[in-house]
Amino acid sequence: MSEILAVRDLEKTFGSLVAARDITVSIPAEQTVGVIGANGAGKTTFINMITGHLVPSKGTILFENKDITGLPSREITRLGISRSFQVAQIFPTLTVRENMVVAAAIARRGGGMLGAVTTPVHSPAALAEAEATVELFQISRYADTPAGLLPQGVRKLLDIGMAVVGWPRLLLLDEPTSGISIEEKFDLMQVVMSALKTRRITVLFVEHDMEIVGRFADRVLAFYEGTVIADGTPEQTLGDAKVQELITGVKARSAGTSHV
Amino acid sequence: MAARGHLVGALMFLIAAAVGPALPDWAVSLAAIAFANALVVLGLVVMWRAGLVSFGQALYYCIGAYAVALIARWTGFTDAVALVAIGGVGAGIVAALVGFLLARYREIFFAMLSLALSMILYGVLVKTESLGSTDGFSVATPTFFGLSLHGDKLILALYWLTLGIDAIAAAAVGYYFRSIAGALAAPIRDNEIRVEFLGVSVTGIVHGKVVIAGTLGGLGGALAALTIGHVDPAMAYWTTSGGFVFVTILAGAGSVAAAFVGSLLFEAARSIAVDVMPGLWQMLLGAVLLLTILFLPEGLGSLAARVGKRGEVKR
Repeated sequence: MSEILAVRDLEKTFGSLVAARDITVSIPAEQTVGVIGANGAGKTTFINMITGHLVPSKGTILFENKDITGLPSREITRLGISRSFQVAQIFPTLTVRENMVVAAAIARRGGGMLGAVTTPVHSPAALAEAEATVELFQISRYADTPAGLLPQGVRKLLDIGMAVVGWPRLLLLDEPTSGISIEEKFDLMQVVMSALKTRRITVLFVEHDMEIVGRFADRVLAFYEGTVIADGTPEQTLGDAKVQELITGVKARSAGTSHV
Repeated sequence: MAARGHLVGALMFLIAAAVGPALPDWAVSLAAIAFANALVVLGLVVMWRAGLVSFGQALYYCIGAYAVALIARWTGFTDAVALVAIGGVGAGIVAALVGFLLARYREIFFAMLSLALSMILYGVLVKTESLGSTDGFSVATPTFFGLSLHGDKLILALYWLTLGIDAIAAAAVGYYFRSIAGALAAPIRDNEIRVEFLGVSVTGIVHGKVVIAGTLGGLGGALAALTIGHVDPAMAYWTTSGGFVFVTILAGAGSVAAAFVGSLLFEAARSIAVDVMPGLWQMLLGAVLLLTILFLPEGLGSLAARVGKRGEVKR
């Protein structure tokens, strides 16, 4: 399979604080990669460097064999890397459909400010794209609801849908199930992952729930103190002794304690 | 939908133009000033949709007016159309420059910074004795493509010129509202972070809105200067800005047409009130504003939309 993202020797320091170091990862197209680690382990720093919100202190990031290291985030978005948020970022006074139309229109427009002024927002193509994505994420029955009134789970779906409506090739999901009740988590991830599979999008998702990671990831990266300490299939990574000791804490607990 | 809007809008402008010759001079002149000021209001609507209020829009109004007056005075150039265009472009350039500063601020800071800039211009003009200080000075009588007109013909020509520029501005702003940049007003008000992550510069969009509003303000000021025949620093004073904000609230941000209707109503009400009950004008102003905010928070424009909806239900 062809490689979509190649990260080499990535490092980010803030003064004397090392937020990320020695990260070297290669991700083939259409893989679904789970990213685990305690808070402050460097997961979000890693994602922010890929999306251009942080400029790496060292190292290179290749996306589809193009060097994107240090490019501005808007440029990177345009190249085909999109992201969703831990707290859903939506437009509360707009309906679900309008949220999607705005995202679709922006994704389709030509570059720069001139494109934004000369392109109509309600082009047939943008409308169709928005409609298709609303359906793909199974939120059609909320299409005319103002986004501010949506239940938490639907907000998340809308947020991810807005990241997907422009057909990115790589999607970074920052804790897609945060703020979602345990009963809803699996259904939500099911909808999201099948939607992303349909569009053949490569996914990197940060997640704290190991059951979700085990179920939906093809591969898991474990972060600890700014670097990757384990990289393999979910079984390999979650079974790794260091990962269990430092991140999942399975060993620390008595064998009888169930996963909650 | 948009096509029907264009048709209705064009019809309204044509009717307004057609009734001009039948009206007395004072009414034509009042309407010309109202429709000139409506351009400033339209600019405020552009910004208000994104949640931005400028309490200093008189800055551009005054720049447009003084640009026209000064060029006519210094060079003797008096072609109305060209002068108005220069007024608009001049104010637009100033807006583009101060936009680098303004586009970084929101809410009360945006409002107050705009106010501060307009008051600086006011202060400078008041201190400039060569331009008549607080008295200002007269604007040379404009010509139309080499034709010099006088009396009621001149007033009518200025009225038509104003309507023509209004029609172009209304169509352009309507087009802008349907574009991505225009449609991003509510998203910017709602959630700037998301707009940035979708790949659009919010600062860039806001800067664009400042320039559009500034250009419209300059055009309005230029037309008003020609119609009134006089400019003075009060055109940059904060009460002038306040008046434009008042009409914007009265009209609402819902439609382009509301800016024109609102402005006409405001000017008509003011001249009647000043005539009938001098001294009570401000009280009336306050009462109308209070009632608008209480009962028509989305302005006069929402009234038309409501009637339209009721009609649809009946059908």
